[in-house]
Amino acid sequence: MNNFLTHIGRYILLMRLVFKQPEKKSIYFRQILIEIEHLGLDSVGIVVFISIFMGAVLAIQMAFNLDTPLVPLYTIGYATRQSVVLEFSPTIISLILAGKVGSRISSEIGTMRVTEQIDALEIMGINPATYLIFPKIIAALFFNPILIMISIIVANMGGWLAGSLTGMVPSGEFIYGLKAFFEGYDVFYSLVKSVVFAFLIVSISGYHGYYTRGGALEVGEASTKGVVNSSIAIIIFNLILTNLLLA
Amino acid sequence: MIEAIEISKSFGDNKVLDNVSVKFEAGRCNLVIGQSGSGKTVLMKCLVGLFEIDEGRGIFGEKVLSRMSFDEMKLVRQEIGMLFQGGALFDSMNVEQNVMFPLSMFTEQSIGERLERANFCLSRVNLENVNKLLPSELSGGMKKRVAIARAIAMNPRYLFCDEPNSGLDPHTANVIDNLIKEITEEYGITTVINTHDMNSVIEIGDRVSFIHEGKLWWQGDRDTILMSDNKELNNFVFATKLTRKIKGL
Ligand SMILES: Nc1ncnc2c1ncn2[C@@H]1O[C@H](COP(=O)(O)OP(=O)(O)O)[C@@H](O)[C@H]1O
Ligand SMILES: [Mg+2]
Repeated sequence: MNNFLTHIGRYILLMRLVFKQPEKKSIYFRQILIEIEHLGLDSVGIVVFISIFMGAVLAIQMAFNLDTPLVPLYTIGYATRQSVVLEFSPTIISLILAGKVGSRISSEIGTMRVTEQIDALEIMGINPATYLIFPKIIAALFFNPILIMISIIVANMGGWLAGSLTGMVPSGEFIYGLKAFFEGYDVFYSLVKSVVFAFLIVSISGYHGYYTRGGALEVGEASTKGVVNSSIAIIIFNLILTNLLLA
Repeated sequence: MIEAIEISKSFGDNKVLDNVSVKFEAGRCNLVIGQSGSGKTVLMKCLVGLFEIDEGRGIFGEKVLSRMSFDEMKLVRQEIGMLFQGGALFDSMNVEQNVMFPLSMFTEQSIGERLERANFCLSRVNLENVNKLLPSELSGGMKKRVAIARAIAMNPRYLFCDEPNSGLDPHTANVIDNLIKEITEEYGITTVINTHDMNSVIEIGDRVSFIHEGKLWWQGDRDTILMSDNKELNNFVFATKLTRKIKGL
């Protein structure tokens, strides 16, 4: 418990450093673009792949479970959309990104720490916390919601494809369901989650990288801790946000 | 001139530096020698502010390091160049980007001016036609030289080198040592060099401070070091059978 509080304290202090005034704005703008490529664009492939299959599986399971004449077929499209928008895309995809992006961030920053590259930045008079973590946070806050939107669209397409190809749900019924009882607020809720989770992933994995001590082995450990702890934080904040926004 | 005044530093119960006072003169190679683990790196990192000093203070010219605000510190740091043990080149940047990096962060120079300066610094360390290589494509000696070029890019008044020739073959080590000496004398830099290599001491040791178990044990230069009768110093200097035999120990 004591250990946990120490981590929280150090994490908050680090975040205060991260949001200090950057040295030179033009450099940061370039860094943000680079990070958008590394953390965002490079993840589009895996997000699309996972989303299409998960959407398909969701639709098929819905179809199996709602296989009674009492429930109209379009409900399957509706239920698939709701699961995708509310939970699957913002939460599950964020967990996947915690694995992919989080490990990259912790190991990159951790390696820079143990090879004294962070000391080198500091000696030059640069604030390494801002220089290394701030552009990553901005890039993720900007691009993760886009990834989640892509995921929502692709997953619904996956569901529609699975329904039509298996013949379980006729195309027209599914699409009618996708459009039924649509609430803009659900998408807002989903975007809020993806923004909060993006911040958690980058800041927590950045924290573990930044305070790595030792050598290659510790970089590996930092990377694992970054992924595990940002995943735990996502799960906890998922409950908190759901309570705040939907209750 | 750089001065360490009664500096003490502990990590938990481990007292690494105990009341160390030492002066480093401008335009000279000031060596800090001692066994591995004696506290050389910690002393250097205390002086440049990478570690917080428990007691005592470090002085650069007239400025006291520990009393500086974050922004004052930033200004002093732009006058400091540091060469880290492993080179600490930025992995994601090629050679020329590494050398230009401090210039891009702290000057308003155009890309042409920065490139010109980077090429000058690289030629100063005898590196040509490697501008586009990544650090992972360089040999140990080349990495050190790029790191020196980056350290002098901003015309520093103070240069810190942590084991500049560790892990290099004797010839390359010698080249690096003499390069640092030349640059130091040419630009009148106050240079502090950590080493445990006696070859460096004899080659470039204008001023030599011996640290043992976190204390300053002996001070002198490359001529007096061989004549001393300090027991701990002699154990360090004449560490091998060959040298002990010659000294008659
Ligand atoms: N960041 C640190 N945390 C705890 N102990 C450290 C740290 N850095 C160095 N030490 C300890 O300080 C002592 C001196 O280390 P160092 O200055 O690196 O020796 P060297 O003379 O070989 O450069 C060692 O016992 C080392 O374990
Ligand atoms: Mg050392």
